[in-house]
Amino acid sequence: MREPVTPELFASLEPLTLAGSRCTACATVQFPAARQCAHCAAADPAPITLPTQGRIWTWTIQRFEPKAPYTPPAGGFVPYAVGYVDLGEVLVESLLQVGDGEPAIGDEVHLVRTPAAGGHFTYAFAR
Amino acid sequence: MNTQDVYVVGAGIHPFGRHEDVTGADLAVAATRAALADAGLGWDKVEIAVGGSNTGKPDALVARLGLTGVAFTGVRNGCATGGVALSTAANALRAGQGEVAAVVGFDKHERGAFAADPAAYGLGEWYGTTGLMVTTQYFALRTRRYQHEHDLPDLTLAQVAGRASRGGAANPNAWRRRELTTDEVLAAPMVSDPLTNLMFCQPDEGAVALILARGARAFDLCAAPVRLASVVVRTRGPGSFEVFSPWLSPQRSGSPTVAAARDALRQAGITAADVQVAQVQDTDCGSELIHLAETGLCRDGEQIELLADGTTEAAGRLPVNTDGGCLANGEPIGASGLRQVHEVVRQLQGRAAGLAVPGDPRVGFTHVYGAPGVSACTVLVRPDR
Repeated sequence: MREPVTPELFASLEPLTLAGSRCTACATVQFPAARQCAHCAAADPAPITLPTQGRIWTWTIQRFEPKAPYTPPAGGFVPYAVGYVDLGEVLVESLLQVGDGEPAIGDEVHLVRTPAAGGHFTYAFAR
Repeated sequence: MNTQDVYVVGAGIHPFGRHEDVTGADLAVAATRAALADAGLGWDKVEIAVGGSNTGKPDALVARLGLTGVAFTGVRNGCATGGVALSTAANALRAGQGEVAAVVGFDKHERGAFAADPAAYGLGEWYGTTGLMVTTQYFALRTRRYQHEHDLPDLTLAQVAGRASRGGAANPNAWRRRELTTDEVLAAPMVSDPLTNLMFCQPDEGAVALILARGARAFDLCAAPVRLASVVVRTRGPGSFEVFSPWLSPQRSGSPTVAAARDALRQAGITAADVQVAQVQDTDCGSELIHLAETGLCRDGEQIELLADGTTEAAGRLPVNTDGGCLANGEPIGASGLRQVHEVVRQLQGRAAGLAVPGDPRVGFTHVYGAPGVSACTVLVRPDR
């Protein structure tokens, strides 16, 4: 779990933060950082670091193993929670780690790293 | 009658489901021939052809239907393919390129949920490998949020599946023909919470064709032509909650369904309250509930009452997805939007294969929605007899 699944997702690895962008024309915040605003198509949005704390906006449990390119963990597929996390200026889609019990809309969560395929890591939000 | 008016004068369907030893082209040819027979026309009379498919090559059908030299346009717009094909053909007729058009949609999908390639959606490979690129997940996430905002219980979701199953059981062209109880729907294995596997439609195989005619020609060809009062295709605006989105704006707006439905009703000169039979995209039970409100057929939250009191049943005030919808027919995505039009045309003609809407309905509405934020809506009106 030394290398990120792709560097573009992260503004920094220590401490872990996500890399977003804010449009210099319309202030739309995107994740991952974009080269062009998805709202107004203005070029070169400014890179920003996204907040590491937010609240669950919606959630579900992925109960079946997705088709490729999904790569299951070495020990085989286990159901996992996903959702959108409200970070204020943007909702970010993320794996969720909630421990015992179900996630709930409004739960406070914070950014963590979680194992991904090939010994890499990706991001998740944990309760 | 306006010489620019476009009518459906023939409709044909190949039953949806799983068909061994039959190709996608076979399905399309069967549906097209059925539609031509319904209109009493030969393929040589078709001046404009539009085909929609995501697994096949529509213009190759000329080798089977006849080498007449017809202009044949192919379209591919995911779940909205049928609506886009219909719109393309209707516009060609209105532009004066001919008086008779054929529209055909077909697909033959592999079993199981659709797999998607991140690069095709402008996303990094990470989005797929880490398990976020799953359509069923999106429908569940959208449903969960909508339930939260409007206090919709899981029972309402199950009632959608129950009603769809009654339509499917009565429809010889449907794939799923068994009636389901709400208890059974709720107790089925969970696919993606809150949606169980009986709350989802599945990709399958099928084809639908329509023959369109413009102006007086329609009345020469068909005893009961149905006017295509409007057909509108819209893509998403900023702020819509779409599949395969690593991020969303906190401000919700820009739904392609809201835009397509509003403009289709306006162009037809009616309001949602005038609709007497409707088809709305029911990829899953949550999508139907959301789309009922987004199209303006009901208010947010009103679905609880409409599903509980039978309003959306074939004999109710607002019959919805009378042929069983996607839930009972499955979704060959090229054909699905045309299936909706086929069913509404048959209801308006009093020729439904399954459950019939009583009271001689005159005004129908259809809605498809697909990735990544495309919707097509139609208004269909039977002229006064």
